Amino acid sequence: MKASSQSWIVAIALAVAIALPLVAPTYYVQFASKALLMGLLAVALNLVVGFGGMVSLCHAALFGLAGYSLAFLTPEGEGASIWLSLPAAVLVSSFAALVIGALSLRTKGIYFIMVTLAFGEMLFYLLHDTKIGGGSDGLYIYLKPEFGFGGAALDLERASTFYFVVLVCLVLGVALVSMLVRSPFGHALVAARDNERRARSLGFPVYRIRLTAFVISGALAGVAGYFSAAQFGFVAPQLLGWHLSATVLVMVVLGGMTSVLGPLAGALAIIGLEEVLKSNFEYWKLIYGLIVMAMVFVLPGGLQQLASMVLGAKPASEDDAVERDMTAPHDDAATDRLRPELLRSEAKAHV
Amino acid sequence: MSAITFAVQLLNGVQYGLVLFLVASGLTLVFGILGVINLAHGAFYMLGAYFAWWIAAYTGSFLMALIGGVALSFMLGLLLENVFVRRLYGRDHLAQVLLSFGLILVVDELRQILFGKDVYSVKPPPWLEGSIQLTDNLSYPVYRLALCLFCLVLAALIFYVIQRTKLGMIIRAGAENRDMTRALGIPFDSVNRYVFAGGIALAALGGILVSPISTVYPGMGDGMLILSFVVVVLGGIGSVAGAAIGALLIGLTDTFGKVFFPQVSSILIYVLMAGVLLWRPNGILGKREA
Repeated sequence: MKASSQSWIVAIALAVAIALPLVAPTYYVQFASKALLMGLLAVALNLVVGFGGMVSLCHAALFGLAGYSLAFLTPEGEGASIWLSLPAAVLVSSFAALVIGALSLRTKGIYFIMVTLAFGEMLFYLLHDTKIGGGSDGLYIYLKPEFGFGGAALDLERASTFYFVVLVCLVLGVALVSMLVRSPFGHALVAARDNERRARSLGFPVYRIRLTAFVISGALAGVAGYFSAAQFGFVAPQLLGWHLSATVLVMVVLGGMTSVLGPLAGALAIIGLEEVLKSNFEYWKLIYGLIVMAMVFVLPGGLQQLASMVLGAKPASEDDAVERDMTAPHDDAATDRLRPELLRSEAKAHV
Repeated sequence: MSAITFAVQLLNGVQYGLVLFLVASGLTLVFGILGVINLAHGAFYMLGAYFAWWIAAYTGSFLMALIGGVALSFMLGLLLENVFVRRLYGRDHLAQVLLSFGLILVVDELRQILFGKDVYSVKPPPWLEGSIQLTDNLSYPVYRLALCLFCLVLAALIFYVIQRTKLGMIIRAGAENRDMTRALGIPFDSVNRYVFAGGIALAALGGILVSPISTVYPGMGDGMLILSFVVVVLGGIGSVAGAAIGALLIGLTDTFGKVFFPQVSSILIYVLMAGVLLWRPNGILGKREA
């Protein structure tokens, strides 16, 4: 897709998103808020997975930790102040991301996937098995955060107000990620993904760059988790479980990892699909699972591939989203990722 | 803690570690040799336990359940390799993660359709029922002892196959350099299929073996998956000996953690993993980076 047609699509989508609460009933507004929050989580995850080349399976834990932080910070009988609780929740998620990232980034490839998964599950079991956060029953958040400034205040209990706040967060989050991937930092991150050795020999502090991306991604996941918890009024350990992490990964891949907005489209598609399947089939997870499996084989390029198949256009290349760093090795990068023998030789057994 | 309680806990830890080793060795072989990350490993552990319950309910024999459950899982593994996993060799890890995640959803839902979501228990064979009286008020179940013995024999068999047989030689060669192995005309690809199916069968075997001592329930696979991952990370990917060390470490840490530090026992093994990552990022027996 050309840049101009892409910005048209974005503009139209944004207009629809703004008009939605004015026409749709409350249920759909709430549903849309939920979908947008998943979208924010997917956009956050893609910074690490798509641009950083690190497949993380602990983002649900970072997401859930922020939700638990809100639950802890909400006093009895009143809502927590958003000015205090939101930064605190994001700080908790970022700190968790810093610790998990610092340890996990010592590894790569399959190891990284397994280690992030294990640390995410550690947080799950911590909240599930101990009484810190109400154990497996979770905690209630009876009142939504209070969003006051000066004398005025936004009433987050109103579905449409909440929706607009979420929309603003999403737009800000997308803007932040777009800015990052276009910045020298983002180019270095992509270069390290494509050819780590070369990036390192060019003097990029690869470990620090990746860790920074991981922490920023964790902070954004925290924002999504904070508002999700506020919306449902309830947090449970399942929020941190790796099934959610994997689902968000599906959203990212379906939407396309090469663009900032792709994962948002993927999230909306998956949330919509889930809703349709849930209301029509008893064993919806069977169909859902088969669709995920089919996607891996039939549609490895995700929705972008589908769009280009339908429109008959040439598949969108990475350059649409990110101009490659001139220092990044173009040809090697593209071919290295496609050469199976290189990928397979990564995992060698030695008994 | 008296010496005898200590011994009982030690035995529990070792037994737990041995089962963990069986499951994790299946995982590490599939990682190391096929280069495939299989998140559905825990799902097959759970499925094995349900197969065992199902067969035992029909035949009334635990032995039949053991053999039948392993055979069913092995065939399922062959089928899955043929239809899906084969296309994943050489794809990036992300595709493997997604495929196995989809597989988990499908397996979970099929289990729901076939066996429901009830919690079941399986009876051990009659000649292994009962327990040995250690002191006046302390006894140890015979089945757990037999389980230890069985796992040890099986572990020895796995090591023997990999170190001493032709098949093991092909497996090791393929893991070292796949293309060279193929170029030498060794039928490595057909070995792949059996390695994958064998890995699945080992997971299912773990589930079958623990079904008489723990209950059979839908979520049993998730915990096991994470534990096997931690074992593999501790031991080093592809290393069966590493998996043995990792599994025993986890078994003992978890068992004694529950005795000495019950409040934090659930995170102790992750602390252990973090420590090993700081010390040796590629696992205890993992290869150092070239």
